[in-house]
Amino acid sequence: MNLQPAQPEKLNAWERVILPDVPGLQKIDFYLANGGYKALKKALELKPEEVIEEVKKSNLRGRGGACFPTGLKWSFMPKKSDKPKYLCVNGDESEPGTFKDRQIFEFNPHLLIEGTLIACYAMGMTAAYIYIRGEYGKWIRMLQKALDDACANGFVGDKILGTDFSTHITIHRGAGAYICGEESSLMNSIEGQRGYPRVKPPFPAQNGLWGCPTTINNVETISNIPVIIKNGWKWYSQVGAVKHPGPLLVGVSGHVNNPGVFEMPTGEPLLEIIHKWAGGVPGNKGIKAVIPGGSSTMMLRGDQLEGIRMDVDSLKAAGSSVGTAGIIVMDSDTDLIQVITRITEFYYRESCGQCTPCREGTVWMYKILKRFEQYQAVAEDIDLLMDIANNIEGNTICALGDAAAWPVQSMIRRFRDEFEKRVHESQHRVVA
Amino acid sequence: MLTEENKNKVEELRKRYPTSQALLLPVLWMIQEQEGSLSEESMKYAGSLLNIPYSHILGVVTFYTMLHRKSSARYRIDVCTNVSCMLRGSGKILEHIEKRLGIKPGEVTSDKKWTLEETECLGSCGTAPMLAIGDEYYENLTLEKVDKLLESLQ
Ligand SMILES: Cc1cc2nc3c(=O)[nH]c(=O)nc-3n(C[C@H](O)[C@H](O)[C@H](O)COP(=O)(O)O)c2cc1C
Ligand code: FES
Repeated sequence: MNLQPAQPEKLNAWERVILPDVPGLQKIDFYLANGGYKALKKALELKPEEVIEEVKKSNLRGRGGACFPTGLKWSFMPKKSDKPKYLCVNGDESEPGTFKDRQIFEFNPHLLIEGTLIACYAMGMTAAYIYIRGEYGKWIRMLQKALDDACANGFVGDKILGTDFSTHITIHRGAGAYICGEESSLMNSIEGQRGYPRVKPPFPAQNGLWGCPTTINNVETISNIPVIIKNGWKWYSQVGAVKHPGPLLVGVSGHVNNPGVFEMPTGEPLLEIIHKWAGGVPGNKGIKAVIPGGSSTMMLRGDQLEGIRMDVDSLKAAGSSVGTAGIIVMDSDTDLIQVITRITEFYYRESCGQCTPCREGTVWMYKILKRFEQYQAVAEDIDLLMDIANNIEGNTICALGDAAAWPVQSMIRRFRDEFEKRVHESQHRVVA
Repeated sequence: MLTEENKNKVEELRKRYPTSQALLLPVLWMIQEQEGSLSEESMKYAGSLLNIPYSHILGVVTFYTMLHRKSSARYRIDVCTNVSCMLRGSGKILEHIEKRLGIKPGEVTSDKKWTLEETECLGSCGTAPMLAIGDEYYENLTLEKVDKLLESLQ
């Protein structure tokens, strides 16, 4: 449906591998006819630790927001364990500005299933749970159909492809809670509890789902695994940015002519993504601000975008992060006060309420921002806002607190003028 | 209370999870899809099926925004007003629906047909503005499309 629009001529050099341009690929026959489940066969001929090694050397980093090296995460899992080990595939996809995993469910679900199987083989798991946000009912049914077909064809279940490897995959439907995308909260949700994040340590690799060793990976991360096994780590590690390689699903939304999800190598210039891939800003307006990776990532000024690339190092140097690679573009007429108020409202509503700094801090920030929005702010409010954000950051069990603080901090740092202007307008506004 | 088909599904699912508590969300979903909402009676039924105290179930149900203890109207319209949708005019869409139905978010029309909610990002930012009714997404909305949609659900 909103698969990437036809790519501009010049950019066709990248041949898509996560969302290939093959209509019907969601059907198992088409998937098989296009080399599907060959990576699984190849992986089953390797030793599990060789698969982990391959993923390590590929330098794949997680696509769920933190860019954590996947091979390293997998190597934290104990080789021998008295308890069963579990894989959780994170398809909660609720970070505002993010709509990429949904494309995988719809257009290439077997790639995700194949990746899940390879991951289970590598880490010695007999069960995997794919957790999907409850609102994605339609996409859950699409993935379930693919899963049923994969089971019927002997790729999932007992003695897969005639080997001793057995694993079951279960789709677990969420029920509306952004926090359940946080990995420990996700595990509590699967266990049938309120989705509260857990204190770490212990880390999931030691003590995760039902107290057993567990790995949690994002849907897109897992979908990269068959690509690595099929093409080899060498090929993969040379795609895009050296320290953060591979294909990346980049979502572009907001003020662009051609919004959508685009598959491209990491490290593409941000301005090129906005102007060439996403068709530029309507009315040829200037860009006031860009959120590069979902609403929790630090906001960038329109005039600082030159030279920034979509990879972990470049965005870090620019004072932001890749996050979920959901780019939100705001044109020169955008009311940024309204934007930051809405973002903060989101984190306030979604805070689970366990930690005081997050529970109280987010609502306090929201109330102050409402004052700005309604032209009732005073000069001291700016520093008060910064102070609250600084006191949330790093002081909570999970990173939702940070996610709420970063947009506010970056907005004050980079757009202080907007706040000051609003304070001035608050004092000099003629009330009708 | 569950249909035979759903009861069989529950038995199948028991093999997939090491604890019966893990079946709570799947069972609550089944009940809600059958009955439209989760009554006290049905939550207690889920409790007896899975051996979970009612207090725990109530705690879970109140945590998740998609689990409802009452169904207030036939159609619930969820309009996303998060950033990407806001930048592409969700405010106008919401206002238009409010005017047309004569209700504000959180309210129900007097004939109990419609209820309206503002929701968080539903993962359709590239096809904003959007709204959802149940599992169905309506994307790239215009005021005309909204009118047609509401008429088609008369
Ligand atoms: C509040 C919050 C929400 C999150 N939501 C998601 C999500 O929807 N999907 C996701 O993959 N990761 C989400 N994460 C990150 C996960 O905790 C975890 O790091 C990720 O799933 C690991 O996968 P990866 O290593 O493959 O990136 C969230 C984190 C936080 C703090
Ligand atoms: S912001 Fe509305 S769907 Fe994402």
